[in-house]
Amino acid sequence: MDFFYFLAAFLIIRRLNKSLKFSILYPKWRTMLSTATWMIIVGYFAAFALEDIYQDLVGSAILFGLVYYGAKEQDFAAQRSYLVNNIPLAIAGVINFLFGLLFAGFYDKYEQYFGWGTLIAFAWIFGKWATSKKQEEELRISTERRAELESLVQERTIELQKQKDELQETLQELKTTQAQLIQSEKMASLGELTAGIAHEIQNPLNFVNNFSEVTAELIEEMEEELNKGDKEEAIAIAADIKQNLEKIMHHGKRADGIVKGMLQHSRASSNIKEPTDINKLADEYLRLAYHGLRAKDKSFNAELITHFTEGLPQANLVPQDVGRVLLNLFNNAFYAVKEKQKSADTEFKPAVEVTTLAKGKSLEIIVKDNGTGIPDDIKEKILQPFFTTKPTGEGTGLGLSLSYDIVVKAHSGKIDVKSKPGEGSEFKISLPI
Amino acid sequence: MKILVVDDEADVQPLFLQRFRREIREHEFEFDFALSGEDALNYLHDKHSEVVLILSDINMPGMSGLELLSRIRHEYDEPPPMVMMITAYGDEENHRQAMERGANDFLTKPLDFSLLKEKLKTLSI
Repeated sequence: MDFFYFLAAFLIIRRLNKSLKFSILYPKWRTMLSTATWMIIVGYFAAFALEDIYQDLVGSAILFGLVYYGAKEQDFAAQRSYLVNNIPLAIAGVINFLFGLLFAGFYDKYEQYFGWGTLIAFAWIFGKWATSKKQEEELRISTERRAELESLVQERTIELQKQKDELQETLQELKTTQAQLIQSEKMASLGELTAGIAHEIQNPLNFVNNFSEVTAELIEEMEEELNKGDKEEAIAIAADIKQNLEKIMHHGKRADGIVKGMLQHSRASSNIKEPTDINKLADEYLRLAYHGLRAKDKSFNAELITHFTEGLPQANLVPQDVGRVLLNLFNNAFYAVKEKQKSADTEFKPAVEVTTLAKGKSLEIIVKDNGTGIPDDIKEKILQPFFTTKPTGEGTGLGLSLSYDIVVKAHSGKIDVKSKPGEGSEFKISLPI
Repeated sequence: MKILVVDDEADVQPLFLQRFRREIREHEFEFDFALSGEDALNYLHDKHSEVVLILSDINMPGMSGLELLSRIRHEYDEPPPMVMMITAYGDEENHRQAMERGANDFLTKPLDFSLLKEKLKTLSI
C-alpha cells in the first residue's frame, strides 16, 4: 500500500512544479523541486528494504512533511487546499502503521479493509481537488462576468455623460437663440413701426416748415405795415408771429419725442422703471401702430376711440417695454379688424378702443377691438411662445408671450383676455401703481 | 369764395389763415374748418350751398377723406362743390381712388401754398 503515499508525494511535487512553471518564482524552486522528485523516487525503492508497516510510516511521514512544509510556504499559497487534501492519506498511513505494530493479528485479518481505507483517502485527494477546481472555475466565470458588466456600465456612463454634455450645449445654444429671437422680434416690430414713425415725424416737420415760411412772410408784411405807419396791424402781425414761433417749437418737440421714443424702442431694454404717464404712452403707440399699418395698406381705415381718464397717477414702469406690449396689442387689434373687414359687409366699421383707468391700487389699460375675435380652442394658446395665426413670415408668434413676460414677470401685473369669436376681443393690462 | 378745410390737425387752421391773410382781408376767400369727416358732413348739412371748395386730408381717424369724398359726391349734387384731396401718402393708389371717386384735384403734403394759391386764383376767376 505504500505506493500510494509516494505517488501522492510525487504528485504534490509535480503539482507545485506545474503551478510555478510560468511564474518568476520558478528559478528559485526549480532545483529543489526536481531534487525532491528524485528523492521520492529513490525513497520509494529504498523503502522496499523495510517491512510493510514501516513502508507505510515512511510514506506518510514524507507526505506529512511535504504538506506541512508546502502549506507553510508563502510561495505555494495557491496550492494550499490541494496540499491539505493529502492529510487524510497521511493519517491513514499512520493508522496502518499503528495497527500493524500494536495489533498485528487484527491488522493481518482485516488488512484488506485497511487497504481500502488507504485507497479511499488517496481518491479523496482528487475528488476534493476536482470539486474545488469546479468552484474555482465558477468563481473565475463570475469574476469575468462582473468585470464585463463593470466595463459595460463604464461604457454607458461615458455615453450618458457625453449625451448630457451635448444636451447642455444645445440648451446653451437655445438660450442664445432665444435672446436673438427676442431682439429680432423687437427689430421686426420696429420695422413695422418705421412707416408709422416716418408719418408721425413728417407731420410735425411739415408744420415746422410751413410755420417758418409763413412767419418769414409775416415779417415782410409787418415791415410794410410799419413803413406805412399802420402800427395797429403791425402789432397784430407780431402777435401772430409769436404764436407761430410757439407752434414751431411745439412741433419740433413733438418730432423730437418721436425720435427719442423710437431709439428707446430699438435699444436693448434698460429695465429701469420710471414714473410714466400711461395716457401719453398709450396715445403715442396707438398712433404709431395705426400709421404703421396705414403705410402698408393705404386702403385701411379704422376709428380710433380713446377714453383716457385724466389725472391718473403715474405708474412706475419700464416705458419701452410696456410700450412694446401696447404696440403689440394695438397691432393685433388692427390686424383683427382688418381680417374681419375682408369678410364682413360694407356696413362694418372697424374700431379700436383704448381705455385707461385707475382701479384700487392698480392702473388698467384696456385695448378693445370689434374684429374677428379669438376662437375658444386657441384662447389657451395665444400666450405661448411661437404661437401665431398669421401666415408664415408675418408674425413671429412671440408678441403676446413677450408681453406676458413683461407685464406679469417684470411688472407684477396681469393680462386678462376676453373675446367673442366674430365680435371682437378685449385685452386688459393691470399694472400696480 | 368759401373754402372748407378738413383736417384732424388743428394747427392747419392758423396756417391757412396766415397764408391767406391778404386774400382774407380783401374778401377774396373765406375759410371754415372741420376736424373730421363727420364734422365736415355736419357742416355741409347746414351750409352746403355756401361752400364752393372743399380741401380735405385723406388720412384721418374715423371717416377717411376718401369716404367723405364719396359721401359728398353722393349727397350733394346741386351744385357740386369742388373737392381737392390732400395726403401725406402721395402714392398712386390714393391718387387713383381719389380721382375715381370724383376729386377735382390731388395735392400732397407738405402743401405748397403758392401752388395752391395759383390753383385757387384760376378757380375764382
